[in-house]
Amino acid sequence: MSNKVKKLLTARFGVVSPDSIEDYIKNGGYASLKKALGMDPEAIITEVKASGLRGRGGAGFPTGIKMESVRRATGSPKYVVCNADEGEPGNFKDRYLMEKDPHQLLEGMIISAFAAGADYGAIFVRGEYINSIKILDNAIKQARKAGFLGKNILGTGFDFEMDVYSGAGSYVCGEEFALLAALEGKPARSTFKPPFPTTEGLNGKPTQINNVETFANISHIIDMGGAAYAALGTEASTGTKLISLSGNINHPGLYEVTYDITLREIIEELGGGVPGGRAVKMVQLGGPSGPIIPPSLLDLKIDANEMRKYNLSIASGAIIVIDDRADALDILVRIMEFFHHESCGKCTSCREGLGQVLGLLDKFVDGTATEADLKLLRNLLDVMSQASLCGLGQAAPTAIKTILQYFGDELCGRIGAAKEVK
Amino acid sequence: MVNITINNKKIQVPEGTTILNAAKQAGIDIPVLCYHPDLDIKANCRICVVEVEGARTLQTACSTRVWEGMAVRTNTPKVRQARKIIVELILAGHEMDCTYCKRNNRCDLQKIAADLGIRENPFRHVERDLERDTSGPSLERNPNKCIKCGRCIQMCGKVQGLSLLDYVGRSDEVEIKPAFGKYLTDIACVACGQCAVVCPVAAITEKEDIDRVWEAINDPDKVVIVQTAPAVRVALGEEFGFEPGKVVTGKMVAALRALGFDKVFDTDFTADLTIIEEGNELLQRLSNGGVLPMLTSCSPGWINFIEQYYPELLPHVSTCKSPQQMFGALAKGYYAAKIGKRPEDIFSVSIMPCTAKKYEAQRPEMSVDGKNPDVDVVLTTRELAKMLRQAGINFDALEEEEYDAPFGLSTGAAVIFGATGGVMEAALRTVYEVVTGKTLPSLDFKDVRGLEGIKEATVDLNGTPVKVAVAHTLANARKLMELIKSGKADYAFIEIMCCPGGCIGGGGQPYGTTNEVRKKRIAAIYEADRDLPIRKSHENPAIKKLYEEFLGEPLGEKSHHLLHTHYNDRKA
Repeated sequence: MSNKVKKLLTARFGVVSPDSIEDYIKNGGYASLKKALGMDPEAIITEVKASGLRGRGGAGFPTGIKMESVRRATGSPKYVVCNADEGEPGNFKDRYLMEKDPHQLLEGMIISAFAAGADYGAIFVRGEYINSIKILDNAIKQARKAGFLGKNILGTGFDFEMDVYSGAGSYVCGEEFALLAALEGKPARSTFKPPFPTTEGLNGKPTQINNVETFANISHIIDMGGAAYAALGTEASTGTKLISLSGNINHPGLYEVTYDITLREIIEELGGGVPGGRAVKMVQLGGPSGPIIPPSLLDLKIDANEMRKYNLSIASGAIIVIDDRADALDILVRIMEFFHHESCGKCTSCREGLGQVLGLLDKFVDGTATEADLKLLRNLLDVMSQASLCGLGQAAPTAIKTILQYFGDELCGRIGAAKEVK
Repeated sequence: MVNITINNKKIQVPEGTTILNAAKQAGIDIPVLCYHPDLDIKANCRICVVEVEGARTLQTACSTRVWEGMAVRTNTPKVRQARKIIVELILAGHEMDCTYCKRNNRCDLQKIAADLGIRENPFRHVERDLERDTSGPSLERNPNKCIKCGRCIQMCGKVQGLSLLDYVGRSDEVEIKPAFGKYLTDIACVACGQCAVVCPVAAITEKEDIDRVWEAINDPDKVVIVQTAPAVRVALGEEFGFEPGKVVTGKMVAALRALGFDKVFDTDFTADLTIIEEGNELLQRLSNGGVLPMLTSCSPGWINFIEQYYPELLPHVSTCKSPQQMFGALAKGYYAAKIGKRPEDIFSVSIMPCTAKKYEAQRPEMSVDGKNPDVDVVLTTRELAKMLRQAGINFDALEEEEYDAPFGLSTGAAVIFGATGGVMEAALRTVYEVVTGKTLPSLDFKDVRGLEGIKEATVDLNGTPVKVAVAHTLANARKLMELIKSGKADYAFIEIMCCPGGCIGGGGQPYGTTNEVRKKRIAAIYEADRDLPIRKSHENPAIKKLYEEFLGEPLGEKSHHLLHTHYNDRKA
């Protein structure tokens, strides 16, 4: 078990003070930047590609390919943008990364910028993360003073600046196009793709946009080399993964693991199981937008190949444990109320669909739902996930769809319930 | 060229073509609501979704560009179900009073719902009960009908450069409205009505004044006269199934007579009169060191714009009333007496391509007797078509008829008022001949024609080169105003039309106006000009007679009283 807990991104947590760049440097910090600035940008991209690193925000796109696309894209200036809008309930890994070791993120972004050919970086931090914003602001000042940011970084002729931005806390800001719109001072609403941010991102310019955890990996890849990093993981999933473990669990918190660990090992061994010795009823992966799975799937390794067999992924790494007291319908109503509140209102299927989903769920709650309502609900959910403009509307139905798949009776059993009471 | 397959049909289209346009080429119409060919792609209504082989989700045809080997399916069960549910979702949040709606049978949403065969809505109806804005004389907003497509936002923002409408709120409470939910009359709206033209439903419409006209027609004590603007004759036919660009002047005159109007006159007559007055005003400004460049004054949306956005430049604006208001002033201040009536016995109606004309007609200064408006009611082209349908007039079957005297005779110079550049060209035809005493070798000033945003020309007047400019849309007008403010505008005369393409693209014109349609209407305007026996305003014998009999001379005392006006600083 202990061999599946690996401290790479969290190695300096508690060892360095987040307010001290000296601590960071003493513990090996910015050595990778020095190494990277001595490399050819193409060689950095080669290492990142060799590392097999995939985006840690949820979608899992290969980071090296994104970096390369930005480098190859025509247009100037180019940007790197860090998605630190960790608004998905149940996720808190990025907050730890920003508040425990902010320079690790900065170093990763500076190296990425050098590789991608960007000259400005923006970290878009969730509005509620006031402490993260303060710590990052201070870290940027220190990095600038130490010559890791600004003109002619470390005498190499490379210029790069960065700043921290934040929104007012809208969930949809975590969607990359909405985030870019917010960065441009526009309302946070997504837009159609293609074009993708790698060619037309911030201000219409080529942009490498990645999650906090993704950038935090970069300095380690440069340090140990892509191949050694890849060797840490499985064939399909390299490196380590931060897990935000929460819900009905004895030891909630942040864990850094390798991809050969199973969900059950995380819940039972790292998390110490469910309080009071109760049984796990269901587990939600990723947050409200993720699937809700039964205990029978907990022996799956979090590795992409294994989870893909069940159309699952570890996504952002949130694991929410739900014990046997919970009512599936109650959970679904809460989740859909969340999305209904957070929909930006731009596209029809999400804007009008979520309210209708809630209306249909109400019928299940009060026992007046019919078979026709169930069919309509299924069709509506399909259309929302197929036709919505952005990830919010596409993913919002996931929880209901997986409850219907694995816990179908909890909903179907409510059909006609009101009649039976009479 | 790119090779793609649409529903198993192989076609070749240029690189960068959207699936929507490629499908059109393959003979397949994909339904759209937020898409408009002249506006930015928004892809928010989702009605145009199609299946693209290899894609994880359905793709919007309006925004997705083809790639080599792309395989598209536009009519699968999945696509049909998505479109149906999307329309049902929209309808569930839409005020469903279709049979009472101003856009009944003229509604894009209604047509798509019909095409998709929607017979019932399984979704619960969401009552919005939002306040309607009926504050203004030109336009009305009904947010309960809005489908949030965003076309109006784009039109007002990008084309007109005003940005008075935007999304407010989020989720299913999102609305499109002016900042702080203000009424249209409380913001610097120019009433151009371009928002209404692109609205696919009846969320923004012209204020309907049809019933007031019926009432007057049925009043035996009223002499009801009507004038028709130049741009109406090249667009009205579209309402009755004619192709865009068909000139239907004679049928329109016959139709108006069939409706019961006592006299059918032509705004073109006072367009000729405008050229005489405005041309002389320009010459006076040129010779007396007056304020230059002089700006035209016939587009009321443009006047609303300069009064609210650039009042410091008002001295540049010609003091000439618009042709509509010159007509109104003559109707009540000249024609009434001529036929032995009091001004209040005359009920004067105008048919305009324009919603801002409704605002213009009710300006307090537009009343020769100080009691009644010179133009009692303004109807848009769309409203006239509705009246004709109400009366059961078979437009197609009408025999062509001629306008009535004395305000029925006009020239080619007047008819081109309807297109961007037309007023300038008409003025140049007259000013050139008045100044040089020579006959123009060619009447066509082609430099000022067409849909380019800002056009320039230089005319040699007896050895003096006179530079002129023409702009349409307020975004382009703003550029010229900034140029004037910076002192860099070396023009003598500038024509500004508020709407894209000029009046032929006005806010009161038939639905379905696009730049393609505008081009056809413009071609029709120049065709009408070419076909007229007289093509210069100063050669109009009825105008000459009017000066001899009544007005005396251009810019004279009677002209000053009836045909010229003043403007107000209305900057917010």
